Amino acid sequence: MSLEIIDVTKRFGQTTAVDHLTLTVPEGKMFGLLGANGAGKTTTFRMILGLLLPTEGTIRWQGESIDYSKSHLIGYLPEERGLYPKLKVQEQLLYLGRLRGMKKADIVPEINRWLERFHIRDYANKRVEELSKGNQQKIQFIAAVLHRPNLLILDEPFSGLDPVNVELLKEAVLDLKRNGTTIVFSSHRMEHVEELCEHVCILRSGQAIVSGALRELKRSFGRKNLLIRGEGAFEELKDFPGVLRYNQTAEGVRLQIANEETAQAIFRHIADRVTVRLFALEEPSLHDIFIEKVGAAYE
Amino acid sequence: MNKFWLVLGHTYVTKLKAKAFLITTAITCLLIIGLANIKTIIEFFTSDEQEHVAVIDRTESLYKALEKQVNREEITLTKITDMEDEAKRAVKEGEWDGLLILSMDAEGLPEAAYYANTIADNRTPEELERVLNELKTALSAAKIGLTEEQMAVLYQPVPFQKVALEENAKTEEELNQARSLVYVLLFAMYMFVLMYGGMMATEVATEKSSRVMEILVSSVSPVQHLFGKIIGVALVSLTQFFVFFAVGFTALKMNGQELWRFLGFDNVSMSIWVYALIFFLLGYLLYAVLFAVLGSLVSRVEDVQSAITPAMILVIVAFMIAMSGLNMPESAFIIGASFIPFFTPMLMFLRVGLVSVPMWEVALSFALLLATIAVLIYIGAKVYRGGVLMYGRMNIFKDMKQAVQLTKK
Repeated sequence: MSLEIIDVTKRFGQTTAVDHLTLTVPEGKMFGLLGANGAGKTTTFRMILGLLLPTEGTIRWQGESIDYSKSHLIGYLPEERGLYPKLKVQEQLLYLGRLRGMKKADIVPEINRWLERFHIRDYANKRVEELSKGNQQKIQFIAAVLHRPNLLILDEPFSGLDPVNVELLKEAVLDLKRNGTTIVFSSHRMEHVEELCEHVCILRSGQAIVSGALRELKRSFGRKNLLIRGEGAFEELKDFPGVLRYNQTAEGVRLQIANEETAQAIFRHIADRVTVRLFALEEPSLHDIFIEKVGAAYE
Repeated sequence: MNKFWLVLGHTYVTKLKAKAFLITTAITCLLIIGLANIKTIIEFFTSDEQEHVAVIDRTESLYKALEKQVNREEITLTKITDMEDEAKRAVKEGEWDGLLILSMDAEGLPEAAYYANTIADNRTPEELERVLNELKTALSAAKIGLTEEQMAVLYQPVPFQKVALEENAKTEEELNQARSLVYVLLFAMYMFVLMYGGMMATEVATEKSSRVMEILVSSVSPVQHLFGKIIGVALVSLTQFFVFFAVGFTALKMNGQELWRFLGFDNVSMSIWVYALIFFLLGYLLYAVLFAVLGSLVSRVEDVQSAITPAMILVIVAFMIAMSGLNMPESAFIIGASFIPFFTPMLMFLRVGLVSVPMWEVALSFALLLATIAVLIYIGAKVYRGGVLMYGRMNIFKDMKQAVQLTKK
């Protein structure tokens, strides 16, 4: 069973925020939703959570629509971070955990475990407004995962964090996934999605431009990047059959080629002519795919 | 349902524990105690303050009578023979608190002028004027040869009785007592709605502006959340009110017996208290929903005031009408207005408190009030649900429309 978004459209008056979106998020997988600001990511999430109703289409989680009777199964980290500024961390998490259907006795050890993990144990009795922004974000994250949700929705979880904390959070997200949590997260950073997700969807103006399993996407995209370093005359590769793009680099060339066979042919061709120090066939990046599909650089 | 209690409990406990709340409660309690003891306090500060007034008596006859009749606890008179200028200088230098010059006019009746450094404090000249008026009356009476008996007849007030013929109409005495009780309760209702309605709206707006709302409404339905808040704040307010009431009651019982009796709290029928309670609670519910919804429309706490102004004005208008209705509870205007749900809690209560109202009228106003509350809750829940997701510029009616739109498909 999985999260299914079937032909969903959301209109606000004249504007269409989400336009006939169809997505399937397999259970236990990580799904990345990419898109610039205003592409419809947050609206999609709000519809998944039942905060907004789709104008058309249906959304189902494990075959049923999501309502408040399932709120204990779902975790949500909104893009707009928000906590009670005057409340102490511990009280805050207790309240939010209980709202998600947890028992008080179960929450406390869980809070301690998470605070420990994020190295903020000392802040348990501090008011949230006294914490740094990064630490507030960690608390917010804990609030989203405290009740061990089956479906976790993270809206821009890494924005505004320093690299150390991004790693800390990434680890936590991967751990949750290993424990079977289905995770949907949005980002406007390609590399985060590429690194973490098996499935991706790129939204533009509410439409899915690219959608599917990342490996599948890359394979069917066909084109690959070929990186060669060494000494010799590379210029003739410019007109080699199957080479789509030619870039001279300081120590060699970077080529975009049509398929793996081209790589084989090039390998044979240059074997006698060039001193090769590196010959690497790279998967296309999400960025390459995006540029190809949209015809413009992402952001 | 479970989550409703959670929201309620959370609202209640955090609000009650808040420092600002505790401090306000303490200060108000002190004020109440002060108010109940106001007489003692005023006496404490004024008891040893005697005004020393110098008198230049050009009539050669009035001074004795004046000195005899003036309140000697407050004013000491001293007859002097100085010249006027000299005496005025003495007042300026602080030797005397005031200078009174008595003389006779052409018809042989007394005239007076009072000089002091400031005439801001009226008590002394007023007292002197009162006594002089009495003296003048006596003098004039003597001049035209009236006897004391004739004087007494002249001043006797007309015996005037007001009797209500309707069977369960209130007697005049009862009415006076009921009126003061109704006044106090109306005022309490008014204060309650103004104080805690604002608190309600601020509460919601704070959650919204801190953006914690989005997490909240993803775990608990906005309707449950709205009601948890409303009842939570209501309990906080009732707790605070109860504290005020207990403090006020004790203070009045201990020190202000007169005030207590004046308010007529001793012999008021139980039914008025029951009506007061019901109208009070329903009135609060009505306005709390209104304030909560208005609060959910703004995205910054600073905007709360302007958002709730229309509702505030409604409360104030209701109170104004109720005040004017105290002396004419049976005017068509009051009767008509008492069926308008936003005015019902105050005006219908005013009517049942002062006159006997047919049962069907009370029932009808109840029904209208309950229906309005239900409709308001229905609309409120919709606006609230969309409102909490909305951020940005403020325009109440546009926002309301947009908020409802957000809950649609």
